[in-house]
Amino acid sequence: MATATFRIWRGERSSGQFRDYTTEVAAGMVVLDAVHQIQAEQAVDLAVRWNCKAGKCGSCSAEINGMPKLMCMTRLNTLALDKPVTIEPMKAFPHVRDLVTDVSWNYEVKQRIPMFKPRPPDAPDGTWRIAQEDVERVQEFRKCIECYLCQDVCHVLREHQMHEQFIGPRFLVYAAALEMHPLDVGDRVQDLRTQFGIGLCNITKCCTKVCPEGITITDNAIIPLKERVVDRFFDPLSKLFRIFAGRKT
Amino acid sequence: MSQIDVPLSRSGFGQTHRVDNWWIQPLAVFLGLAGFIVYATWAAFQGQHFRFGPYLSPFYSPELFGDPHQGWFGTRPSWIPAWVTGAILILWAPGGFRVTCYYYRGTYYKAFWADPPSCTVGEPRKKYLGERAFPLILQNIHRYFLYLALVFLIILARDVWNAFWFDGRFGVGLGTLVLMTNLVLLSCYTFSCHSLRHLVGGFRDRFSGAPTRRRVYDCVSCLNLRHMLFAWCSLFTVAFSDLYVRMCSMGVWRDWRIV
Repeated sequence: MATATFRIWRGERSSGQFRDYTTEVAAGMVVLDAVHQIQAEQAVDLAVRWNCKAGKCGSCSAEINGMPKLMCMTRLNTLALDKPVTIEPMKAFPHVRDLVTDVSWNYEVKQRIPMFKPRPPDAPDGTWRIAQEDVERVQEFRKCIECYLCQDVCHVLREHQMHEQFIGPRFLVYAAALEMHPLDVGDRVQDLRTQFGIGLCNITKCCTKVCPEGITITDNAIIPLKERVVDRFFDPLSKLFRIFAGRKT
Repeated sequence: MSQIDVPLSRSGFGQTHRVDNWWIQPLAVFLGLAGFIVYATWAAFQGQHFRFGPYLSPFYSPELFGDPHQGWFGTRPSWIPAWVTGAILILWAPGGFRVTCYYYRGTYYKAFWADPPSCTVGEPRKKYLGERAFPLILQNIHRYFLYLALVFLIILARDVWNAFWFDGRFGVGLGTLVLMTNLVLLSCYTFSCHSLRHLVGGFRDRFSGAPTRRRVYDCVSCLNLRHMLFAWCSLFTVAFSDLYVRMCSMGVWRDWRIV
């Protein structure tokens, strides 16, 4: 049976080192299988977060050969196994131990985004009517599994560590899902510019590239939100048009 | 805003654990864009060989000054310095459209500023302002350049129409096809613009009750999927169109008449 070497980050709280583990690999294995095998046979104290093993829970996010990926969705036959495969924790969040990071910053950010605020009900029984064509655009954003790979790859968070000023691609997608929702009447455009730092995104599309759900984050969420910010703050003609048209959307 | 308590580490310039050839794409973009900028700058300062028969180089369209029948403003005023050619007075508009384009922004930030050089690759600078401070906050005027680009499409369409008429008689030359291909690709690039997508319907939360708007939005969204492809193809054809007219005008290439 073939073997492969995995160079895994071991350590606690930012201090640590890579350690090599060689293990047997078989057809159909994913990186998480190999990590579990190493955990069972060679390193019982190896800390790794995982849950569904089906690419739906977003728990096993890590950096494999330098790129943020879900370990459970990265098949070994997509990697060059003649060289050691590096597996390390996400870099944009505080390190806890081995492959585990503390992603709780994301939960705090989410609480800061104004919640869904529906218009008054359409029917006397307190229900609404939505046309399918109106919700199609935001349905894409509902696919997000909150793996935070997009947050990890974003250089504003990863390299410049501007966590206090920028909410990151995941929460721009969340804001877009609310802002573009046909029932929502909330207004987040001012916050997007001032509190959420949308101007810090420089459209490198790295977030779109790593999204395991294939959400077109940059083109369908971030750029449309940037355009709404332009409408409000940088385009006097658009502002005039909307005043005369007398509508928000 | 929420804070991170544990300090995070920062990569050095070019530092990464990626094992692929991540530098190829930014290098290719750098060479492609730099090549275009060098050629366009050189061509803009030439001030000659931009017309051949019914063909007019897109760099010099519209023809602002020339003989009284062709130039928009008649003969060239003597007070304009010789180095200020028609192209120099024109190219800021389509150039501004490309410089502020969402696709190009993402690519040239990587290729020219290394901000970042590529995904998960360390950057050379610690300070980062993004597009919320001067000068990059000016990128927000992209839609105004879009309006100008739409006007230029009409002008270029007229040039293509003129390229079908050789001394008053209908004909098709290789140059006609070159200019027409350029117009088609420039149109695809312009009509796939993110700002246009927003302006034709993206600003709305609801499409029901507005089927025409919905169809236009879907059409622009469909083109938008290939915005990068159109950006590069049209960049090539606009430079090649100028080169073709220039080479024919200089007698280096011969224009083949098809019809």
